[in-house]
Amino acid sequence: MQISEAWLRDYVNPAITTEELVEQLTMAGLEVDSVTPAAAVFSGVVVGEVLDMQQHPDADRLRVCTVAVGEAEPLQIVCGASNVRVGLKIPAALIGAVLPGDFKIKKSKLRGVESFGMLCSEKELGLAADASGLMELASDAPVGTNIRDYLSLNDSIIEVDLTPNRADCLSVEGIAREVAVLNRMNWSPTQIETVAVSHQDVLAVNVEAADACPRYLGRLIKGVNAKAETPLWMQERLRRSGLRSLGPLVDVTNYVLIELGQPLHAFDVAKLTGAINVRWGKTGEQLSLLNGQLITLDSEALVIADDQQALALAGVMGGSESAVGDDTQNVFLECAFFAPQSIAGKARRFGLHTDSSHRFERGVDPMLQERAIERATQLIIEIAGGSVGPVTEAKAESALLTRPAVLLRRQRIEKILGIALADEEIVAIFQRLGMSVETQADGWQITPPGFRFDIAIEADLIEELARIYGYNNLPSSSLLMRSELGKAAEAVLDIDRVKDLLVDRGYQEAITYSFVDEDIQKAVAPDDVFIPLKNPISSELSVMRTTLWCGLLNAALHNTNRQQNRVRLFETGLRFINQGGEVRQQKMLAGLALGSAYAEQWGEKTRKVDFFDVKGDVQAMFALTSCDVRFASGKQAALHPGQSAEILTPAGETIGWLGMLHPTLEKQLGFDTQVFLFEFDQNLLLNKRIPVFKSLSKYPSVRRDLALIVKEEISADDILRAIQGCAEQTLQDIVIFDVYRGKGVEEGHKSMALSLTIQDYSQTLTDSEIDAIFNRVLDTVTKKISAKLRD
Amino acid sequence: MSAILEEILAQALQQLADAKDLNQLDQVRVQYLGKKGQFTLQMKELGRLDPEQRRSAGQVINEARDQFQQQLEIRKTALEQAALEERLASERVDVTLPGRGQFVAGLHPVTTTLRRISTIFAGVGFKVVEGPEIEDDYHNFSALNIPEHHPARAMHDTFYFDAHTVLRTHTSPVQIRVMESEQPPLKVIAPGRVYRCDSDLTHSPMFHQVEGFLVDKDVSFGDLKGVIFEFLQAFFEKDVQARFRPSYFPFTEPSAEFDVSCVMCDGQGCRVCKNTGWLEVGGCGMIHPEVFKSVNIDHEQFSGFAFGMGVERLAMMRYGINDLRLFFENDLKFLEQFK
Repeated sequence: MQISEAWLRDYVNPAITTEELVEQLTMAGLEVDSVTPAAAVFSGVVVGEVLDMQQHPDADRLRVCTVAVGEAEPLQIVCGASNVRVGLKIPAALIGAVLPGDFKIKKSKLRGVESFGMLCSEKELGLAADASGLMELASDAPVGTNIRDYLSLNDSIIEVDLTPNRADCLSVEGIAREVAVLNRMNWSPTQIETVAVSHQDVLAVNVEAADACPRYLGRLIKGVNAKAETPLWMQERLRRSGLRSLGPLVDVTNYVLIELGQPLHAFDVAKLTGAINVRWGKTGEQLSLLNGQLITLDSEALVIADDQQALALAGVMGGSESAVGDDTQNVFLECAFFAPQSIAGKARRFGLHTDSSHRFERGVDPMLQERAIERATQLIIEIAGGSVGPVTEAKAESALLTRPAVLLRRQRIEKILGIALADEEIVAIFQRLGMSVETQADGWQITPPGFRFDIAIEADLIEELARIYGYNNLPSSSLLMRSELGKAAEAVLDIDRVKDLLVDRGYQEAITYSFVDEDIQKAVAPDDVFIPLKNPISSELSVMRTTLWCGLLNAALHNTNRQQNRVRLFETGLRFINQGGEVRQQKMLAGLALGSAYAEQWGEKTRKVDFFDVKGDVQAMFALTSCDVRFASGKQAALHPGQSAEILTPAGETIGWLGMLHPTLEKQLGFDTQVFLFEFDQNLLLNKRIPVFKSLSKYPSVRRDLALIVKEEISADDILRAIQGCAEQTLQDIVIFDVYRGKGVEEGHKSMALSLTIQDYSQTLTDSEIDAIFNRVLDTVTKKISAKLRD
Repeated sequence: MSAILEEILAQALQQLADAKDLNQLDQVRVQYLGKKGQFTLQMKELGRLDPEQRRSAGQVINEARDQFQQQLEIRKTALEQAALEERLASERVDVTLPGRGQFVAGLHPVTTTLRRISTIFAGVGFKVVEGPEIEDDYHNFSALNIPEHHPARAMHDTFYFDAHTVLRTHTSPVQIRVMESEQPPLKVIAPGRVYRCDSDLTHSPMFHQVEGFLVDKDVSFGDLKGVIFEFLQAFFEKDVQARFRPSYFPFTEPSAEFDVSCVMCDGQGCRVCKNTGWLEVGGCGMIHPEVFKSVNIDHEQFSGFAFGMGVERLAMMRYGINDLRLFFENDLKFLEQFK
C-alpha cells in the first residue's frame, strides 16, 4: 500500500524526519519498500489568474495574457494552450523558475511579443505523463501562493509492504494509529458528521448469506452530478495512493477506502431492478465484471444481486452493467462487512486481486461501516450534490465477530522473550494499542479492538509487546543447551566424500532444475512414468525428472554451445517417479563426461574419453565403500546397447547404469560427440562395508602369468568368476594385464593375459605346489569356458 | 728408481690424465694393476733379484704403484663428479611446464554454502535432516497454520500436481515431519530445494533454503537472536551487525525478519543494499502454538524457535555474485570459479 506522508501527518505529526519515520515503520513490522517524492523537483511556480486575454497579432494559436501573480503589477505572458480563458486560475512559472528536467524560464519574445513567464500544464510540472491543456486550479486558489505549497507537493509517497496479519494498517488512519503508538502521541480520526437526510426513499436489502455478510449498509443518493470535477486535493491524494481519478462517485469510494480502509461500492439505481440481495451465486449464472471479464458463478461465490441478476462479486469487484457512469443520477451506495473466510480465495478463483478483496480477505473493521457510509455520503454531496436518503442496515449480530479477551500470563512473557518487563510498561503498551486491559493476579485479560484480526492467542500479545518494545531492545542470549555426543554411522558413506572424489577426478558439480522439458524426458527415459506439473512455468520446465540425465544433458549442451569441448559434470538430487500411482522420490547421483579424456595438456596425448575412463571413475566411487558390485552388460533405453553396464549389488539389486549415450539420442539432442553417463541410487551406492581385519601372511607370494584364448563372447567377468570358482585359498589376486586380438589368435577369439598372485598363510609354497595350483586353475577354465592356454 | 720404472710411472700417470671416462680409467687401472699389469709384472721381476736388492727394489716399485693408485683415486673422483654433473645437466626439466593428469574441479557454490552452514550448526549439535520435495498440502501449509484460502498461501506461488499435492514452497514442512516422529529436545537443520511458481531477474522457480529449528524447555526469543547473531558472524567471518524486524509468518509468533549489515559496504550504504546499509537474510520466530498442537507437542512445557534462509542469497552475499540465474545455468565459466 502506498500513502502520502503529508496526508499521514495531518493525523499525527511526530517531530521526526521522513527517514526516521520510515525507519520507525520498518522496525515496527510495517516494512517500507520505497519512498519517492510526490512531485518532481521544480521551483518558481505560483498560482496565477488570467485577468485579460488578447489575440497575438502574428500567431493564430497564441494569446497574450495579463496574469495576476500576487505582485504589484500583473505580468504579460504569451500562451498557446486552448483552454486558457479570462478568470482561469493556473500555475504560472515566473522568470527564474526551474521546471522539471532543469528547464529554466527566461524572459523571451514569442513572434515579437514579450513574455514574462509561462503558464503550465500538469505535464510541464511533472504531475502527469500527459496533458491536453493548462492545469486548471480551483477558483478559490489564492493568487501568488507557491504552487508546491498550494498542492502540498513537498510530500513523499511511502510504499509500505504490509504482512497479511496487519489488515488494520491498510488505510491512512490505520497507519496513523500505529505511528501515534510508536511515538506515544495522541491522534484524532477524521471527524465525520452525519449528513442530514433529505428524502425517505430506500432500496430493500435482503441478506440471505448472513454468515458471509454480517453487516450491510445501503443508502440512496438521488440527483447527483456524475460529471462534476473531483477536487484537485482529492485527485492528488488518490494519485499519491496510486489511484487514477475516474469521476467523482468512484473517486469518493476509493478515497474512503484509502482514508478509512473500508471498501464501498456505488450502483447506478437506473440499472437496478427491485431489491438488493446478498446471496450465494447460482450455478451457471453469469456476471460481467467492471474489468470486462465474464465469469460463471456457482454456489461458492458470494454476490450482490437485484431481483433479476447478479450485480457484483461481493467484496471483490462490481459488475459492468450496474456500474455508475457520467450519466448516473441516482446512486445506491453499498458499505458492507464481509467475513474474511467468505471472501478468502474468491478473488483468486477468478484470477482477480482488487483493493477491496485484499482488505476483506484480511479483515475490515466490522464497526467501521457506519462511519464510512457517512463519510462517503458527505464527500459525494460536497462534490456532486444530490439528496440523501436514510441508511438501510441489515445486520446479523450473531455472525459479527466479537473479539474475545485473551489471557496474558506474566511468566510467559519472560519465558518467550527472555526478559521481564515492568507491569506498568506492559499495560501502557497495550493501552496505546487500543486494547482494554484488565489486571489479574498472574497477568492480564486483554481485549483487542475489532480491527485487530491478528490478536487471538497469548503469543500474539507477546509479539505485540516485543514489537512495540523493540525487537532490537530485547536481549540476545548465547545458546546454552543440553548437548549429546554426535553420531558417526560407518556403514553409510557420507555423500560428501563421493562428491569430493568426483570433484578431485575433474567432475564439476552442477545443480539443474528438478522439472524438465517433457520431450527430453520422454526421449531420455521413455519407459518411466513421469509426474507432470499442473501449473508449470513453461513447457521447458513442465514435468518432474525421472532421471538426473535430463538436466545434465541440457547443462552439457549449454556448455558445448559455448565453445566448451570438454565437459564433466555431476549432480545429486531427487528423481520423481510415478510407481503404480505412488510418488516415489529417490535420491540419485549422476554424472556426464564428453570430449577429451584429459584437459588438453602437453604431457598427454589428446584422446576422447571412453567407456573405461568413466568406468574407472565409477569404480573409484565404489572403492570408497569397499562393496563388491557387479557390472553386467545390459540394455537401457538412453544408452548404446554395446556400451552400457548395469551395476548390481551382490544381492542382484540394480544400483544404476553406466554407458554411452545412444547415438540416436546424441544426434537428436544436438551433440556432435560421444557422451558418457552414469546414474546411481544413492542409498545403494553409499552402503559401506565396515572393514574386518585379516592377518597378514609371513610367507612370500609368487606371481604366475597366464595367457588364455577364449571366444569373443566370453567376458572378463566370466573368466574371473570361473577362476574364483576354483576356490583356491592361496589365490590372493588376479589382474588382467593385457587383452589381444589379431595375429596368432583365431578370428572370433581373443587372448587375455592374467597374472595370478599365489600366497599361503602357513607355509612357503614349493614350485611343485604352485604348479599344481596353476594347473587346477587352468583345468577349470578349460572346462568351464573352453579357454585354451596360449602358446 | 730404475729408469724403466720411472718411464712406466710417467706413462701410467699420463694415461690416467688422458682417461676420458670411468671406463677408460678402469682400463688403465687393469693395464697397470691387473694380473698382467705393468706394476704387477715389475713385482714379479723381483724374484730374480737377490734378497738384498729385492727389498729395496720392491720398496721402489711399491712407492711407484702407490703414487699411481693415489692418482687413480683422484682421477676417479674427478671423473665421477664430471659424470654426475653431466647427468644432472642432461636430466634438467622445465619445472614451469604444467603437471600431468586430471585437473581438480569444484563443488557448486550452493553446496559449498550449505556445507558451511551445516558445519557451523553441527558444531552445537544440530543434525541435518532432509525431506521430500513433492509434499502434501498438509505438511506444506495446514500443519504450519496456513489454512486453505489464507492469504499466505497465495503469496507462496505454489506449483501443484493436484489439489493436495505440491512442490514444497519452503523447507518448513521438515519441521513438521521431524516433530511428528521425534520428541524434544530437537536441534535440526533442514537444507534443500524449494519451489515457487515465479521466474524473473530476482526469482528462480527453484532455489535452496535452509531451515533450522530448536525445541526444548525454556527456549526464548533471546536464544533465537543469539543463534542468528552468532551464525551471521561465523558465516561471514566478519564482525557483522544484525537487526531483527517484526514480520509475519503463520507458523511463528512472534515473527521477525533478520538483516545483516551490508557485507559489501560494511553498512555504509551502497548499490547492493540500496543505500540502506542492510541486507535481508531470512525469516524467523518462535514456533507458533498451533504448529505445536498439530504435532502433539505440549506448547506450555516446550517452546522453540525456527528460522529459514535463502542459500543462493547467502552465496551471493558471500561471493559477490550478482545474478541469481547463473546458479542453474551450470555454465562452466561460472562454476569453475568456485573450487
